[in-house]
Amino acid sequence: MLVWIIKRDLLLAVRRRSDVLITLFFFVIVVSLFPLSVGPEMNLLRTMAPGVVWVAALLASMLSLNRMFSNDYQDGTLEQMMISPQSLSLLVLGKTFAHWLVSGLPLVLMAPVLGIQYDLPSDALSVLVISLLIGTPVLSLIGAIGAALTLGLRGGGVLVSLLVLPLYIPILIFGSGAVEANMAGIDFAAHLSLIGAFLLVSLVFAPWVTAWSLRVSLE
Amino acid sequence: MLQGINIACVRGDRELFKNIHFSLEPGSLLQVRGANGSGKTSLLRMLCGLSIPAAGEIHWNGVSIRTANEEYFANVTYIGHLGGVKDDLTVIENLQISSALSGFEISINEAHQALGKIGLSGREYLPVKVLSQGQRRRVALARLLVCKTKLWILDEPFVALDVAAVQLMREILELHLQHEGMVVMTTHQEIDIQSSSITQLQLA
Repeated sequence: MLVWIIKRDLLLAVRRRSDVLITLFFFVIVVSLFPLSVGPEMNLLRTMAPGVVWVAALLASMLSLNRMFSNDYQDGTLEQMMISPQSLSLLVLGKTFAHWLVSGLPLVLMAPVLGIQYDLPSDALSVLVISLLIGTPVLSLIGAIGAALTLGLRGGGVLVSLLVLPLYIPILIFGSGAVEANMAGIDFAAHLSLIGAFLLVSLVFAPWVTAWSLRVSLE
Repeated sequence: MLQGINIACVRGDRELFKNIHFSLEPGSLLQVRGANGSGKTSLLRMLCGLSIPAAGEIHWNGVSIRTANEEYFANVTYIGHLGGVKDDLTVIENLQISSALSGFEISINEAHQALGKIGLSGREYLPVKVLSQGQRRRVALARLLVCKTKLWILDEPFVALDVAAVQLMREILELHLQHEGMVVMTTHQEIDIQSSSITQLQLA
């Protein structure tokens, strides 16, 4: 069941590769713009790097949010999922996981390459990757709630940003905080633990809230 | 047994219908009729639990469908006017995935058989977006051939189908009714289905 929904969404992503590539290229371009505009000030770039990469990751993950449910809504497959005997929360969890694989994981894998532009030391790069690896699933989970709430609304794309971006702030703070702490030579484990805690809490509650929002949106 | 008790539907501040009563025994068909905008689709969506009636209750075997949730949904197949067919997936992927998501997995062979029967053989591996409107409809209706549910809720099943497909649908529905299945459907056409028990529900 969970396998089928993940398989389905990945298959759809493969058939529409452009959607996936847009998110990734957006991330790459936004992150690359800063070194070009600020100039080769190594110290400044190093200080900016964690924040810039994280903000770009937030914005990139916003891009793909409205597609999460809207295609299924338009062709009626979402209705079919709602009347499936399986729990809707589980389906939502599967869809969110597939969404992360398609739009979150590529960012995580691309981040170290982009970090080199900012002259980040290698251990800071690995902390950046770890923080993104734990943090980006939270973005998908929280984003799913926003996507479900704005389903079928006109201008839903802008509205979902306004709804969801404020909720991303804690992840942004602790995500970039972990990398900064590592570069300052302070222990960064606390930051990562906090993102991990966000991940666990949102893993439990977000699919449930999303399922509930979908029922409201479809009624 | 499916029962509707005193159902009412309100859209915005307009009351579409009220005091709707019906009861559907195994082996019988309920045809919902009414003018455009009289609330036929709204009624079907209520029967699927997709929306909640403004008043009244819907019971499945004596239990409200809102409490009997999963047991009820395991017995229902709904084909709405949207169809629930993915443009980017092939015909056979659509059938297999939609069946799996409604709780019963089917093998490739079963899928091939069903698609052959509904007149889509040779097109199993085409993406649905290249098919005609009527063929898409057939992809959606192919689910009826593989599902093992008791209650079928069909919103305008004959729309966009050609004469041969309409005849085929009739046969499928007759077979389902003979096997103690239940059908709730809306249609503007006269249906000459050979069955002992067809009731009509007229929405004002």
